[in-house]
Amino acid sequence: MSANGSKISVRGVAKTFGSAAGEAVRALDAIDLDVAAGEFVTIVGPSGCGKSTLLNVLAGFEAPSQGEALIDGRKINGPGPERGVVFQEYALFPWLTVAGNVGFGPASLGVAANETAARVRHYLAMVKLDGFERKYPHELSGGMRQRCALARCIANDPDVMLMDEPLAALDALTRLSLQDELLRIWSEASRERPKTVLYITHAIDEALYLSDRVVVMSERPGRIRRVIDVPFARPRAPEIRTDALFHRLSDEIWLLLRKET
Amino acid sequence: MNGAGRLGNFGWRILLPVLLLAAWYFTTETVTLFHPTILPSPLAVLRMFWKLLWNGELFANIGASLLRIFYANLTALVLGVPLGLAMGLYRPVERLLDGLFSTFRPIPPLAWVPLSILWLGIGTMSVVFITFLAAFFAIVINTIAGARAVDRLHMRAALSLGASQRRIMTHVVLPTVVSYVFTGLRIAIGVSWMSIVAAEMIAASSGLGYMITYYREVLRTDAIIVGMLTIGVIGLLMDLATRRIEQWLMPWRVGFHLA
Repeated sequence: MSANGSKISVRGVAKTFGSAAGEAVRALDAIDLDVAAGEFVTIVGPSGCGKSTLLNVLAGFEAPSQGEALIDGRKINGPGPERGVVFQEYALFPWLTVAGNVGFGPASLGVAANETAARVRHYLAMVKLDGFERKYPHELSGGMRQRCALARCIANDPDVMLMDEPLAALDALTRLSLQDELLRIWSEASRERPKTVLYITHAIDEALYLSDRVVVMSERPGRIRRVIDVPFARPRAPEIRTDALFHRLSDEIWLLLRKET
Repeated sequence: MNGAGRLGNFGWRILLPVLLLAAWYFTTETVTLFHPTILPSPLAVLRMFWKLLWNGELFANIGASLLRIFYANLTALVLGVPLGLAMGLYRPVERLLDGLFSTFRPIPPLAWVPLSILWLGIGTMSVVFITFLAAFFAIVINTIAGARAVDRLHMRAALSLGASQRRIMTHVVLPTVVSYVFTGLRIAIGVSWMSIVAAEMIAASSGLGYMITYYREVLRTDAIIVGMLTIGVIGLLMDLATRRIEQWLMPWRVGFHLA
């Protein structure tokens, strides 16, 4: 933990993409954000607000142009296994089976083969993909692929899970059921060790349903417009979607986003 | 679809070959339209095939050609894959080699025949060299494409799962490249057949190309046609075999390309 107790600290992070033609695009501007250990924080914003860029900075895929991003008070300096990433496009390795994909992380970290196999079984059961060990990703549905990607991420037992619109490519029904699955998996995996989640989405209801706090971002250059606390108790049940407070918060976020466009 | 239903898939596939064979038979056996030196009858070709099969000549020549194809493609793989990887993954290597590579690539392998005879003499070495050139470029080009086809998301996923550079090489880059190398190998085997036959016509005293040239000199058209059809059938079988091996080695590939 860092001095102020945050798991993730973002301090004045800005990101400018320079183009060869000389015109620079400012994707992120002076972002400050603290996420406590075990917290589930979502970021919503219009497309092009730099929310994916922020996630890429935290994942270590991109370096910030200004400011710094810290995990446990240490500056992020490239990707690392303590920060698992779940991608919208799943990014499963098509040449590996489901078991091979889930075991990729532990095997990369030098975990022994029988321990890796045990973890694969454990996490595949957790995401309800037991029985699909020997299938290849192309044989799975979109929802199953994302479960597999989720299992691959948590098989490494990361402290932080960075999720970039993981459900955006799925149909509405699959999305709803996977939101519940995701919460269940997160809380199960967190029982072993708290998992801090930073979750990017453009769906307001998804953000409210899943997270402890919703960070609303403004359009390019991306800034944090407001951070909204979500007071619903956990475990969350689908009934909260019809709660008056849920709708009020949803309207509030919607208004914030609409002012942008 | 209706037509396919009546004749069947297989029926449509063999329709033209059967018609062609019938026309060939009719114009050479029923009415003798051509002198046997111009176009012998299918029966004469079959008789010659039988003869060449039993006196061992056909097998000896198939063996000679196949062995050269094997050496040429093996060398092309051993040299071409590392070179293609280096060129595809490392810009400086590409900058260094691209000029040379792009100049030599358009030279048809057969244009190397005179130099090859001067340097390596007439015989297997020359033929392998020329065949190697044909296969080499196909493999290098496809390996370069494979190295560049590595998905950025796969790289990122592997990095954040804690994979070392070495593991990324063996578990992310290699599997991507292997499928492209296989495509390259299939093309390479195809072009090596084309150049080996031509090379053997000039620079060898064995092999299917040599056999065809030999029988041209003694005006045995039936034996020429046996040689040609043998090449066609072996080429077909080799392509089928590489496809099978590919499916066996890379069962994910079907879906990978459709996805």
